[in-house]
Amino acid sequence: MAFAIQFVIDVLSLGGAYALMALGLVIIYGILRLVNFAYGELIMVAGYTMFLASGSGLPWIVMAVLAVGMAIVFGILTDYVAFRPVRAKSVTAVLITSFAFSNLLQNAALLFISPRPRNVPLPDIFSQTVSIGGAITPVRNLITIAASILLLAGVAFLMRRTTLGIAMRAAATNFTMARMLGVPANLIISSAFALSGFLAGVVGILWIGRIGTVVPGVGLEPLLVAFIATVIGGMRSLPGAVVGGFLLALIDTTLNYTLSQDLLKFRDAFTFSLVILILLWRPEGLIRGPASGQRT
Amino acid sequence: MLDIADLSVSYGAIRAVRGISFTLRAGELVSLLGANGAGKSSTIKCIAGALKASGGSITLEGKAITSASPEQVVRAGLATVPETRDVFPDLTVAENLMLGAYIHRRDPAGNRENLEKLNALFPRLAERSSQPAGTLSGGEQQMLVIARALMSRPRILLLDEPSLGLAPSIVERIFEMIETLKKSGLTILLVEQNVNQALAVADRAFVMRLGAIVASGTAEEIRSTSDLSAHYLGG
Ligand SMILES: Nc1ncnc2c1ncn2[C@@H]1O[C@H](COP(=O)(O)OP(=O)(O)O)[C@@H](O)[C@H]1O
Ligand SMILES: [Mg+2]
Repeated sequence: MAFAIQFVIDVLSLGGAYALMALGLVIIYGILRLVNFAYGELIMVAGYTMFLASGSGLPWIVMAVLAVGMAIVFGILTDYVAFRPVRAKSVTAVLITSFAFSNLLQNAALLFISPRPRNVPLPDIFSQTVSIGGAITPVRNLITIAASILLLAGVAFLMRRTTLGIAMRAAATNFTMARMLGVPANLIISSAFALSGFLAGVVGILWIGRIGTVVPGVGLEPLLVAFIATVIGGMRSLPGAVVGGFLLALIDTTLNYTLSQDLLKFRDAFTFSLVILILLWRPEGLIRGPASGQRT
Repeated sequence: MLDIADLSVSYGAIRAVRGISFTLRAGELVSLLGANGAGKSSTIKCIAGALKASGGSITLEGKAITSASPEQVVRAGLATVPETRDVFPDLTVAENLMLGAYIHRRDPAGNRENLEKLNALFPRLAERSSQPAGTLSGGEQQMLVIARALMSRPRILLLDEPSLGLAPSIVERIFEMIETLKKSGLTILLVEQNVNQALAVADRAFVMRLGAIVASGTAEEIRSTSDLSAHYLGG
């Protein structure tokens, strides 16, 4: 029983983090049909904001809000620097600019901060453990689960119940038609980048909270995870991204529990093999998004 | 009310619209006729701001909208129903209609009032308001895109082939609805392949061929033009 509870908590906390990562990526992909390679760096920005604020003596929660705020600012900046100037050009041009922006941010961190890991402040509660039904688990896992449930519900509410969210969904399926109804294209795109940055910021805090340090390359794994989760879930579907995130976490956690020490080194190889199998079975991903769509 | 002067539209080397000029007066229903490929949809999309003009000008109530964005055009009071019948398939009928009122989102009372009027005009949509728009029949989707355009409370409506591919009984209803809209004072530019029905509701008409206007006049004049069918069949 304790084992089962432990397993479920591990899957849910990892899955919640994965789902949030994937959601932040797919929101941009849904509207612009473009993978934002600089997405991982938004997580990095949140991490370094925490590091830089750590000497300030501010309460942790204020630093966390600041970190999420900076991730939002850099999310919107991605739009202005990497997307807007070349949006009307080819897809390749935009992929390259977002890749370049990603590199620029990483190198800025290397140059101005350090290639070595930097400690981020964590509240005490992050390092405490609790016992639930005999299973010992870090409190931060429970915080991650709670935060992901709240955020997933919040994003679902935004997308389904608010004019902005409905306009974003409309713009994701048929951008030109949305504009012909007066939905302002640039505002919608910037809002999507802001939302993506917000999710990256929260994920950053939760993710870096697992490791305790931030390095310039910290965003690579979340970007990869988000990308794989969205591919499994169906690139255009928001629920798909969430399902993909949880499924990937289920695969990873199951492998963690079942593979022997020797084989654990190759966990990613097993994960990717399963991902390939899923895609052979469902090339479009598990959940098909809106059929049509175009870029500006 | 709407003045098109020497308007040209090109897709790269393809010149789809070659310097056309026409005027819509307030309250008029004008039909734009012509065979497939004549340049009608390109004209509509260009007025709507979805395509850049390569020459000429578009003036709406004295204001130049030649290089306006689609958002600015709808704000200026001109709504467009493209021929592609673009409902947002995953959004419900109600959400589609709500987006039609995007520019009036700060006036929910006005939108409710407008919606009630439209519900009377399109009772089928009211019944299906919580259904995803993608599950509607072709005729219902056409009704929805028209109703959605009307939610922006336009003074001019551009309709691109609203009867395309629909059963005769539904086409009949669509034309009835167009007449009702006309009686309400709305200025309408109607692109159609259904020449007879279009001329029956129109005050005036233009015929386009190969990107140019080749005939214009009152509906009766156009109807009695002997070579109409020749233009029409592209002969
Ligand atoms: N996106 C496009 N790219 C290239 N050529 C186009 C495009 N759309 C239309 N055309 C061409 O422009 C001309 C006019 O098309 P269109 O305006 O759709 O005519 P209509 O609506 O009268 O059938 C046609 O020759 C068509 O092939
Ligand atoms: Mg056409």
